Amino acid sequence: MSPGILGKKIGMTQVFQPDGQVVPVTLLKAGPCVVVQRKTPATDGYDAVQLGLLEYVKPKRINKPMAGHLKKAGVEGVRFLRELRLRPGDADLKTGDRVLVDQFKPKDRVDVTGISKGRGFAGFVKRHHFRGGDATHGSMFHRAPGSIGASSFPSRVFPGLRMAGHMGVQRVTVRNLEVIEVDPDDNVLVVKGAVPGPNGGYVIVRRARR
Amino acid sequence: MTNALLTKFINKHKRTDIPQFRPGDTVRVHVKIKEGDKERIQAFEGTVIARKNTGMGETITVRKISFGHGVERIFPLHAPVIDRIEVVRTGKVRRAKLYYLRELKGKAARLRERE
Repeated sequence: MSPGILGKKIGMTQVFQPDGQVVPVTLLKAGPCVVVQRKTPATDGYDAVQLGLLEYVKPKRINKPMAGHLKKAGVEGVRFLRELRLRPGDADLKTGDRVLVDQFKPKDRVDVTGISKGRGFAGFVKRHHFRGGDATHGSMFHRAPGSIGASSFPSRVFPGLRMAGHMGVQRVTVRNLEVIEVDPDDNVLVVKGAVPGPNGGYVIVRRARR
Repeated sequence: MTNALLTKFINKHKRTDIPQFRPGDTVRVHVKIKEGDKERIQAFEGTVIARKNTGMGETITVRKISFGHGVERIFPLHAPVIDRIEVVRTGKVRRAKLYYLRELKGKAARLRERE
């Protein structure tokens, strides 16, 4: 079993379970992936596989060093490459091996990592869930931060104080999502719940640790 | 704009036994009701006054007058709790959302049949 697979977020919808429960689901186009490089303790000091997501890439978008690197695995169209650590019990994958969705089955648990949607320069309320003031009733304090510390002592703002600033475009992992459905014909993996990032964003799907 | 794979997934999970009907039509919705460990079917008959959302989350609002009181129920169209839907009567209407029927009663709330 491979430790995981690479994919792309397709979008969200919902499905009904036989007992009538509605389950929110995210569809991921997972794979087909190929092992581009195999890292071993002997050569690299650790055990890992570098996976590449196979998709159509214009040949001129791949520079020569990358083309040479991919050639070793015998593949051409790869844009998204990520390394996954191998733990004891994982399959011994070799360079050029394919990794497909059919290794997942419903009821499996997975961790999904992606790059969250960018929110730009976001205020306190959106970024840190601060409450802000009343909107009406003569309130003159709406979405401002309020006090950020005491006065002459300490005469400075403590580092790490939560304030407005850039939000999103961060690597985010959602853990323990349940696999609802697997479609090996279309390489579609259906997981329960939301996944970080926009539709079309790249994601790493790993087997959950617990 | 939805992805082709997403559309395919939705089409696979959608119910195919739902008849064609529009707002203004009168339908009878047979709903499965669980009572303890027994299951029975109850019908709710009324006018469809709205059809909302697309995909798996599509719902219909059905309005009827029950003992002089207006009653509305919202049904998720693709849910397994719905046993079946029958179209009882068609209605000719000029808009998609018939919320104006809430203000009307008796003779004024009638709809003409569609040819």
